[in-house]
Amino acid sequence: MSTAKPPKSEPKTKSTIGPSPATEAQLRGSESRMRFDATFRYVCVFTASVSVLILVFLLASILVQGVPSLSWTLLSGNPEPNPLEAGLRPALFGTIWVCALCALLTLPVGIATAILLEEFQPRSRFASWMYSAIQLNISNLAGVPSVVYGILGLTAFVGMFGLFSQADKGGGFAYEIGVEHYDQFFSEGSRAILIPVPDASKPATVPHEGMVAYDFDKNRVEVNIIGYDDPYPEDEDVLAYTLFNDSESGRLSEKSWYYFRLPFGRGVLAGALTLMLVTLPVIIISTQESLRAVPSSLRAGALGLGATPWQVIWNVTLPSAVPGIMTGSILAMSRAIGETAPILIIAGILFIMNSPRHLMDDFTVMPLQIFNWASRPQDEFHGIAAGGIIILLLILLSFNAIAVLIRHKMQKPLS
Amino acid sequence: MSSSSPDAAIPTNADENRLNDRVRELLASPRRSLAVIRAREAGVYVLLVMCGLFSLLVTVAILWVLSTEMLNFFSSDEVTLANFLGSTEWSPLLGSTKSFGIWALICGTMLVTVIAMAIALPLGLVTAIYLSEYAPRRVRGILKPTLEVLAGVPTVVYGFFALTTITPILHWLHGGFGVYNATSAGIAVGILCLPTVCSLSEDALQAVPRALREAAYGLGGTRFDASIKVIVPAALSGIISAFLLAIARAFGETMIVALAAGSRPQVTMDPRNEIQTMTGFMVQMAGGDLSNYDVTYYSMYAVAFTLFILTLTLTMIGNIVRKRFREAYE
Repeated sequence: MSTAKPPKSEPKTKSTIGPSPATEAQLRGSESRMRFDATFRYVCVFTASVSVLILVFLLASILVQGVPSLSWTLLSGNPEPNPLEAGLRPALFGTIWVCALCALLTLPVGIATAILLEEFQPRSRFASWMYSAIQLNISNLAGVPSVVYGILGLTAFVGMFGLFSQADKGGGFAYEIGVEHYDQFFSEGSRAILIPVPDASKPATVPHEGMVAYDFDKNRVEVNIIGYDDPYPEDEDVLAYTLFNDSESGRLSEKSWYYFRLPFGRGVLAGALTLMLVTLPVIIISTQESLRAVPSSLRAGALGLGATPWQVIWNVTLPSAVPGIMTGSILAMSRAIGETAPILIIAGILFIMNSPRHLMDDFTVMPLQIFNWASRPQDEFHGIAAGGIIILLLILLSFNAIAVLIRHKMQKPLS
Repeated sequence: MSSSSPDAAIPTNADENRLNDRVRELLASPRRSLAVIRAREAGVYVLLVMCGLFSLLVTVAILWVLSTEMLNFFSSDEVTLANFLGSTEWSPLLGSTKSFGIWALICGTMLVTVIAMAIALPLGLVTAIYLSEYAPRRVRGILKPTLEVLAGVPTVVYGFFALTTITPILHWLHGGFGVYNATSAGIAVGILCLPTVCSLSEDALQAVPRALREAAYGLGGTRFDASIKVIVPAALSGIISAFLLAIARAFGETMIVALAAGSRPQVTMDPRNEIQTMTGFMVQMAGGDLSNYDVTYYSMYAVAFTLFILTLTLTMIGNIVRKRFREAYE
């Protein structure tokens, strides 16, 4: 080293080219480069461990806050205003309804789109233009913030572009099946009397003699109408079905399980359709990837045996891509479970005591309930919010575990 | 297929008989007509095309809904385009002195995004370089799942974390932070974007051909030389596109800012202040009463349109950068 000549004034950039002997400066340079490399490695290790630390810290802080409030009540109770009695049951069932419906809607459309893009080569210039438009569109849709989908869903599904708006002004919906409306009166004997109303937009019923009326158990009753000049009946049995001729009623609706209406309103179906828009690009992209991973020799073999393109897809390509598709779909669904913003726009923050009973029922989902609790100032609500987060994370974790399991168990080498 | 694999069980007599029966059955069944098969193929194709067009329909619907509702917004007497684009005061809920200056919301969004990117971009890129160039297999086995879990945590959880953990820590470090502040939300959004930056950058780094790496080592480069001077420049288009996608993600992030950033729209550069982002405003509107279809309701669509255009531009530039400016080596 000491025998090396002092460096000439040559440009640094081309120093490693050519067989010129290593100069002292170059060696010193390489030493410092080595040191720099070692330093950078430490920086890297430190940076990489930051993300692990963040995750540990995040989970620890949630656990510390949430574990004390974990209880059976939190899982099975209603969201009562008292944090000690509050629970997630309506939100849990809302999540199950919305996500199951979303999966039913999204999977066929998403997988079909992926099959179209991957398995059917465009045969004309227009077709290939359309393919590239769809492909570009999907990658752009994946970047659209989910809250924008919520706004779209608000107009497209909840309000249906205002196409049915004339009925909206009466407070009803343009088209409904599976519902019966009643006007409810309270008689002088404090009994409920129900008067069926054929159309929700009709004005309130005016009590009159001989109208069709039922008691609360749907038994036909005769209503006795009196004016203020008439003598007030004394008998209890008569009083039970006696109304003044100017009594006021309240509108009741009884909806059966198949209740359906247009526009959809702020119901489960509108929420599921909106989540469908959010998850569709995710499912398309992951299905495309798993279809691409199927070796083309399998397809060629099936085609060579005389199978039609669809027979190849249905009998050969899809079965071998199923593990990948299932993994991608489960991950997309776990994203849908955690999605809050679009559901918040669709459903609003409501006080919901029941799990949904039909497709149009008001609903809330777990992340939304957690948001509701977390946004309150009291510490007790933060505690149950953390408890809810633990339950939510456990559900997501089990979803991810299932996905990983499928990936490991079912994926066989295909080529 | 399965019968041709080498480790398949040797067929027994019964198996063989069953197979023969099956073949006979197939041969005996009448041949399906070609016309039926062709019709089915065409029908399936049409069905698939319709599903494919659905995604285009979604984009058209987004554009149509947002632009028509925004026209509704601008047709109101209380709104002018000059006010929308020129004012820095966003106060749609005040009765008489409504002002719709979108810059107050954009500024809030920018502040959160800058803080988030100051965390996510360096951390994400360095982690990606480490994962791609340095990390031994065992460390990868810990880091990759960690990042996947971080990416899978719902955003409302990050919002809760920001509100109940990051904000008190900030408050303890420096008294000037409010209960709601931009820094806390920004840090949480940064954590949220970290896995995005990291996995997309790592994909870009992994796509650089081996030959380049080996050439760099062969010329006497250290790992640092190889990764920073050769591989990162080669993967630059992918890295930039990852950065742009992360910025778009931070723009559109909703629940964190709704929980932790507050609800006072203002133009400020002070990260300790309470701010409101575009998404935060939409959540505020949706959480309240949406039944009255007045100008405040339609302002939500104007904000959504602005956000959509901003994120769409970023995503599209990101996709173009990745495709067009990719250094092709093979």
